[in-house]
Amino acid sequence: MSRGPIRALVLGDSQAARVVPPSGFTAHLTLFVSGAMAFLVVFALALSLASGRLADRWAEELARSATLRINAPLDQRAAQTKAALQVLRQTPGIASARALSQEEQAALLAPWFGADLQLGDLPVPQLIEIIDAEPGYDAAGLRLRLAAEVTGAVLDDHTRWRRPLVDAAHSLRRLGWVAILLIGGATAAMITLAANAALSANAQVIEVLRLVGARDRYIAQAFVRRFTLRALIGATVGVAFGLAGVALLPEASDEGGFLTGLGFQGAGWLLPLLIPLLGALVAFVATWSAAHRTLKELI
Amino acid sequence: MANLKETIAVGVNFLSYRCNVLPLKLSLWSGTRQQKDRGAAVIELENVGYSYGGGELLSDVSVQLVRGSFHFLTGPSGSGKTTLLKLCYGALLPTTGQARAFDADMSGLDRDQMAMLRRRIGVVHQDCRFLDHLPLAENIALPLTVSGRDTAQEGSDLQELMQWVGLSSRADALPPELSGGERQRAALARAVIMSPDVILADEPTGNVDWEMSQRLLQLLVELNRMGKTILIASHDLGLIRAAKSQVQVRVLRISNRRLQLAGADL
Repeated sequence: MSRGPIRALVLGDSQAARVVPPSGFTAHLTLFVSGAMAFLVVFALALSLASGRLADRWAEELARSATLRINAPLDQRAAQTKAALQVLRQTPGIASARALSQEEQAALLAPWFGADLQLGDLPVPQLIEIIDAEPGYDAAGLRLRLAAEVTGAVLDDHTRWRRPLVDAAHSLRRLGWVAILLIGGATAAMITLAANAALSANAQVIEVLRLVGARDRYIAQAFVRRFTLRALIGATVGVAFGLAGVALLPEASDEGGFLTGLGFQGAGWLLPLLIPLLGALVAFVATWSAAHRTLKELI
Repeated sequence: MANLKETIAVGVNFLSYRCNVLPLKLSLWSGTRQQKDRGAAVIELENVGYSYGGGELLSDVSVQLVRGSFHFLTGPSGSGKTTLLKLCYGALLPTTGQARAFDADMSGLDRDQMAMLRRRIGVVHQDCRFLDHLPLAENIALPLTVSGRDTAQEGSDLQELMQWVGLSSRADALPPELSGGERQRAALARAVIMSPDVILADEPTGNVDWEMSQRLLQLLVELNRMGKTILIASHDLGLIRAAKSQVQVRVLRISNRRLQLAGADL
């Protein structure tokens, strides 16, 4: 009994373990709950990590580029494009600027109008791609100058639609973490209920143990060890199934978009391995507090 | 009767064996220590009252159980005998007054201290509670198990103890398979396996025949002769008379929520 509770938990005490009768449904309940929850945590973690990656990628890619649109009559378009390029070359913070060719603009519109689109027949504005330097340019100042020198130019630095997208991805990441916390809380609640059920079912056992001089730590340890090990085993199985499920998802591709990027990358595959340990920790704390609460009600 | 004598002889041998083998017990049970401690109160209730659910079960109870004494506690059913026993080992705490064991106020003990105290007090319950999923031998060895002692090393002690109470052939039986008498003997064996200073027994002969009750009494008498303090709650007058013929016995009686000396002790 001189061993510390954690060491005793890990090494175990076969005699102490035997004093609590093997429990039926609470054992299966704990195994199932921790397994199912670990399975869900794997997906929530994969969602959260993928959302984080997506938010970072979008923020990084979009922040580095902007588009200048020249809305001018056909006879003035070339001149205004030339003037705009001149302005852009003189603007500090812009690494490069180039006008998209007819073919490139047609390719951008192909998903909507088909591949054989003749741009000459349509009043399509001329697009200029701007690549930022480090640090970036002063968008407000550039807009003012363009308004004065190139009347048909409209600067789109993508902020208008970039922010909601990045915000959405960040929100998705936060939701993933909230889901993980909720799953952890639900696991703790269910294991507490199972532990309470086991403690109530074994009230007579506890009474006999107290009668013969068992200390609270000894009695609690028998329950805590059992529930912690069950949670560890259940969560390990759940994580194994969860990882298999994630591994079977289609690989990330441009065509698939966000959904195919759901998963782990690189060292991210190691993160789920922490889930069984965290599950066991949750079970340990939940059972330990439930056991001590119950024992304190007895003299 | 031959069986009874044989069992008693085994019991005496067992107790002697434990006294001689275990150094800790040797120091506790040594004649010098016993002589020195005889007369000191091991359990003391002072003006104790106990109320439950608005009703007073015991009132102004004062009693001292001195080391090596042998007491019987009598009284009608429902008079509070079991309550008084529970107050003696801290399963209940007094609502008024003070309950002391080994010079410690039980109300002031923390949970660990209370557990340690209970290792020094062997209790035989009226309903003989066991862990039904464990074989009898493991149930009897339970006090050793919970105190962290290696029951495998003390296996021979356990075997002798089981032989002492006549249960050596039932070592692997589960408690629900035992008769009332076997449960009583097993409860007594469990109560004494740690060589406690005090043995409290609640109707220990309630479920056994006369011969078995004499056998159990003889075991308790032998324990008392070795310096153990005994308190038995019983209304079996035959048992009390049989005890009086062998050792100095004091009889306490609970009447109208109060404790008084009874019979010849009055």
